[in-house]
Amino acid sequence: MNLTLKIWRQKNAQDKGKMESFNVSDVSPDMSFLEMLDVLNEQLTRKGIDPIHFDHDCREGICGMCSMVINGRPHGPKDLITTCQLHMRSFKEGDVISIEPWRAGAFPVIKDLVVDRTSFDRIIQAGGYVNVNTGGIPDANAIPIAKKIADEAMDAAACIGCGACVAACKNASAMLFVSAKVSQLALLPQGQVERQTRVEKMVAQMDKEGFGACTNTGACEAECPKGISLTNIARLNREFFSAKLTSDNI
Amino acid sequence: MSLTGIFLILFLVEHLIGNLLLLKSDGGAAFNEFAHFMKHNPLIMVGEVVLFLGFIFHIIDGIMLVRSNNNARPVKYAVQNKSKVTSWTSKLMGPFGIILLIFLIIHLYDFFRYKYFAPVANMEGTDISDLAQLVYIKFTDPLYVAFYVISMLVVGFHIHHGFQSAFQTLGLNHKKYTPFIKALGFCFSVVITVGMSLIPLIIYYKHITLH
Ligand code: HEM
Ligand code: SF4
Ligand code: FES
Repeated sequence: MNLTLKIWRQKNAQDKGKMESFNVSDVSPDMSFLEMLDVLNEQLTRKGIDPIHFDHDCREGICGMCSMVINGRPHGPKDLITTCQLHMRSFKEGDVISIEPWRAGAFPVIKDLVVDRTSFDRIIQAGGYVNVNTGGIPDANAIPIAKKIADEAMDAAACIGCGACVAACKNASAMLFVSAKVSQLALLPQGQVERQTRVEKMVAQMDKEGFGACTNTGACEAECPKGISLTNIARLNREFFSAKLTSDNI
Repeated sequence: MSLTGIFLILFLVEHLIGNLLLLKSDGGAAFNEFAHFMKHNPLIMVGEVVLFLGFIFHIIDGIMLVRSNNNARPVKYAVQNKSKVTSWTSKLMGPFGIILLIFLIIHLYDFFRYKYFAPVANMEGTDISDLAQLVYIKFTDPLYVAFYVISMLVVGFHIHHGFQSAFQTLGLNHKKYTPFIKALGFCFSVVITVGMSLIPLIIYYKHITLH
């Protein structure tokens, strides 16, 4: 396949940046989207042009690094996958594909398609942990928790912290991410000790980082590669209100 | 946002019921009686102040929300976002709000002019003896009717997203009840839009068939 790519190029955080056009040839439909970019980068390097910088690591949908908005959709045109799981068979000969970085004040661009997502790390540091020693993996049914609740916690824990929810949201809100991280612990007995402090601190940090507020538009849920549900956001709101009303923190 | 929004929704119920009295073929007597009661009941006077504050809070909160949410993405996308959303109305809550604000200003201007001046003075050269009469005269102007009906459509759109959104914001999401809340919000927005719009349309229709 031969394709035209319109890619965001930006030398560094200070540079203004702009969209630039590239032609890439010899793309196989079996390649992943990232492999297609590897091909382009090889072609660019041979011409002596600085290759396109983009984040990636596992290339199997578990690390959450590959962050690209493809034709106006985070992680591209298919639901429930990351960019590295997207294959070129989803495109056709002659297509024009636009590729942009995640856009949010709290995710500043470092170079080209690479953004700084340490704001997510700081939210986790603010409260996304447990202090109880959980030991090794307990035997099945050794902790007092219903299967249904354990499943719900597990679904929330599927979040890989990619930030597609923020990228898709018209308000650049991080509520889906934070709600997943609060839910996975709030639902389990091990998470009870810091339950109230956790939600207060994580929400405070989220606001401090400059993410927008949730207006329940639902683009996050539609774009999340792990299918994190909006019900987690309602749970986050519940946890937050009840903590604010009853916790000792002033 | 959610609390003031729900409060304003409750107010709309009262407003619709009151307005429907205009359709009684009694020359506006029932509506005027209702208006008179509203004007002189001390409880309603307190309610009016609370309602006014509710609107002010909702509007200021809304403007601050839209502004800070815009600032959360200083550099915009080159290609417009194509993600699926819960409803198209959910993306336009701010613009709907601005239209409603313009409507409110015009609406309240007419209302307060009547409330404080009309009973003693003639307005625009026509004899207006009561509030119902004012409404009947206003709705003979097709432009005013169109403006009113469009505004009621916008209220419907605003509530279509707002109703269920307010519950989600308050953390009230449940497998059993959320589908019901969404359906109720949809029906409610249709009832408000259709109910409120029918009044000027019927009055206008009666007017043109009479003349
Ligand atoms: C009778 C009139 C109105 C009713 C019944 C109403 C109702 C609501 C409701 C229920 C919500 C959702 C709250 C939430 O999700 O927590 C909302 C949101 C909002 N309203 Fe109103 N509202 C009215 C008038 C206005 C006006 C005049 C403005 C003007 C500025 C406005 C601006 C907004 C904004 C900006 C939002 C939030 C935006 C969003 O969710 O994306 N509203 N409204
Ligand atoms: S909630 Fe989904 S979209 Fe958001 S960071 Fe987690 S995995 Fe990514
Ligand atoms: S590179 Fe790890 S999820 Fe895509």
